[in-house]
Amino acid sequence: MPRRISYRDAIREALDEEIARDPMVVVMGEEVAQYNGAYKVTQGLWDKWGDKRLVDTPISEAGFIGMGIGASMLGVRPVMELMFWSFYTVAWDQIVNNGAMVRYMSGGKINVPIVIRGPANGGTSVGATHSHTPENIMASFPGMKCVCPSNAYDAKGLMKASIRDNDPVMFMESTVLYGAEWEVPSNDEIPGGDLFIPLGLADVKREGTDISLIAHGKAVITCLEAARILEEEHGISAEVVDLRSIRPLDEDTILQSVAKTHRAIYVEENKPYCGIGAQIAYMIQERIFDELDAPVQRVCSLDSPAIYSPPLEALQLPTADVVVAKALGIC
Amino acid sequence: MPKFIEMPKLSDTMTEGTLAKWTVKEGDKVTVGKAIADIETDKATMEYASPFEGVLHKFIAAPGGKVPLGAPLAVILEDDEAAPANLDELIAKAQSAAAPAPAAEKRPAATAAKAATTGPRLPQAPQHKSRAAAANSNIRVKASPLAKKIAAERGVDLTALVGSGPGGRIVREDVENAPVGGSSARVAATPAIRPVIGPDDERVPTSSMRNIIAERLLASKTQIPHFYLQMEVDAAPLMEFRAHLNTANEKTGGVKYTVNDFILKAVVRAAQAQPAINAAWDGDAIVKFKSVGLSVAIAIDDGLVTPVIKQAEKKTLLEISQSVKDLAGKAKNKKLSPDDFAGGTITVSNLGAYGIDQFAAIINPPQAAIVAIGSIRKAPVVDDKGQIVVGQRMWVGLSGDHRVVDGAVAATFLAEMRKLLENPALMLV
Repeated sequence: MPRRISYRDAIREALDEEIARDPMVVVMGEEVAQYNGAYKVTQGLWDKWGDKRLVDTPISEAGFIGMGIGASMLGVRPVMELMFWSFYTVAWDQIVNNGAMVRYMSGGKINVPIVIRGPANGGTSVGATHSHTPENIMASFPGMKCVCPSNAYDAKGLMKASIRDNDPVMFMESTVLYGAEWEVPSNDEIPGGDLFIPLGLADVKREGTDISLIAHGKAVITCLEAARILEEEHGISAEVVDLRSIRPLDEDTILQSVAKTHRAIYVEENKPYCGIGAQIAYMIQERIFDELDAPVQRVCSLDSPAIYSPPLEALQLPTADVVVAKALGIC
Repeated sequence: MPKFIEMPKLSDTMTEGTLAKWTVKEGDKVTVGKAIADIETDKATMEYASPFEGVLHKFIAAPGGKVPLGAPLAVILEDDEAAPANLDELIAKAQSAAAPAPAAEKRPAATAAKAATTGPRLPQAPQHKSRAAAANSNIRVKASPLAKKIAAERGVDLTALVGSGPGGRIVREDVENAPVGGSSARVAATPAIRPVIGPDDERVPTSSMRNIIAERLLASKTQIPHFYLQMEVDAAPLMEFRAHLNTANEKTGGVKYTVNDFILKAVVRAAQAQPAINAAWDGDAIVKFKSVGLSVAIAIDDGLVTPVIKQAEKKTLLEISQSVKDLAGKAKNKKLSPDDFAGGTITVSNLGAYGIDQFAAIINPPQAAIVAIGSIRKAPVVDDKGQIVVGQRMWVGLSGDHRVVDGAVAATFLAEMRKLLENPALMLV
């Protein structure tokens, strides 16, 4: 019986194993230690590793993110928790003007091996100011990396890669996925004993021949459901490509998939304007225009602040039905 | 090794031909260049010469049968060669290689299932059905990048396809199911509104020529923004001039000019005076022709042909008269060659002999104008002194492609024609 664990526990395992592996790894953030994290991602880690490795911070993102960036410049590998990614704006200057630029400004002499992690999703009726999805914004800064795992297996492997990376990595999770379970082998089931997924490798989550549904984060789960409906109800074979990391971007896997299916839809829970899908659609038409049998389509969140009303918020985010309708429009 | 004689491409628009008759028998020796058959194309019936030497072993195509381009017509063997045991198999293989795929019916099973369950689609605009007619009229074809790439690789004519994608877009599947070099999705194939056929009615399959007429004129009428002008001409001076000339020529045994000869000459001269009319629409440009290729509409059994008097601006009235007689003779005998149809830049259609006073003609694409000539008839006219007298009048009409020619330009062209026809001596200088 393969082992199944939650997305939340997969991240916790990654933190636990990296703390054990490297004495420079430290987890910091609001209530990550004694309270076990607002979403219990760090459950039990303070008990196990103590005050030196799990550090509670004041409610001041600008202060503690700045501290983390400073520490990372001196060789510490901090993993900073934002209770919600929506609070990144409070630490905006620290993240984008210091964290992302120091390596370049120092002529490559100083690295910033920090991970900033936390949930970045809507769909839970926590209101517009707690539902931001800033992956497109963070991915637009040269010098930073951006990772959006869609499942527990990827979350564990990508977290370990992010901690070991020498550049700032923005790691965006989903509160909707925290409790969901996937098969994640224990380390003794893995050759080398270490679940590690290099950044910049997309993953084909489902093979298909007629259309490519490309996505990141929780939208990948939506695409898998849409692919099932397309197959069962419409005889259309959809391939689902999970970017896993937005930057670095695995262009080859995307292009190979679209060159095979000749049709593509980018699905994301981000806003449409200047979204990831816009970038991917541009890249596809630029590189393989002659492989396209239909225009590249996008399915995004509706272009408004996150709606508080639960029934309306459910309509704001992409659903499998919307993806199916979009696919039928070009197949 | 048996060789196949295949249906040749005898005209640029030909997709199939009819084997009119064999002029040799099975078992006859043939040499390269020996006429072996008459083949009827969409434009003419032509002798076909053997491309091989040997013995004509076996006919594959029967007289009267339509044969697609490249399909085998007959088997030729070497002088002392025995027919191979698998000859029938070789013939079948050659036939299937040339047969056009049934584009509309043949769809992969997965797609059929898809089509059945995707629910209502946007209704396809009728213009997509006439895509086939666009071959010569430079409209933009809506096809996916992939469909264009595959079409280029396989030599498929996209203008001849009907797109099955959203909004009528031609997609990969349409190209992959299309025959190479053309299409079975001909425009005239299935009209939207079909006639009800009673027991006494006859349904006559169309000839190649009728298909071409249908296709090209539908394309013209649906894709070219026509406008129509009419101008009345005093034909009395022309009739008088022609009578003088013919009387004089009769004595010397010279040529007898028809009214039409003068009209053709007037069209050529007017086209030179107003060269904007001697042009064609080319998508994002207008092509201005240096030379006047005068297409002359000639009615024949079961249709109409428009052979061309080439470089008509260099021809005298006599030469034009001789050219048109020559072309009319060839047309009646179905002996026009593909070259006789090439290079037309403006067309004249004359229904005067049928008692028609005036009419609006359909442009012969891709040209920009057609001149429609009515009959010369006696009519009361008001003369210079304000008196009503008996005159001779003729209506000259023009249909123009408004993308290329505007009304004022066409009007000056007609005015020039009128000046020439009312002062016919000008056409001799």
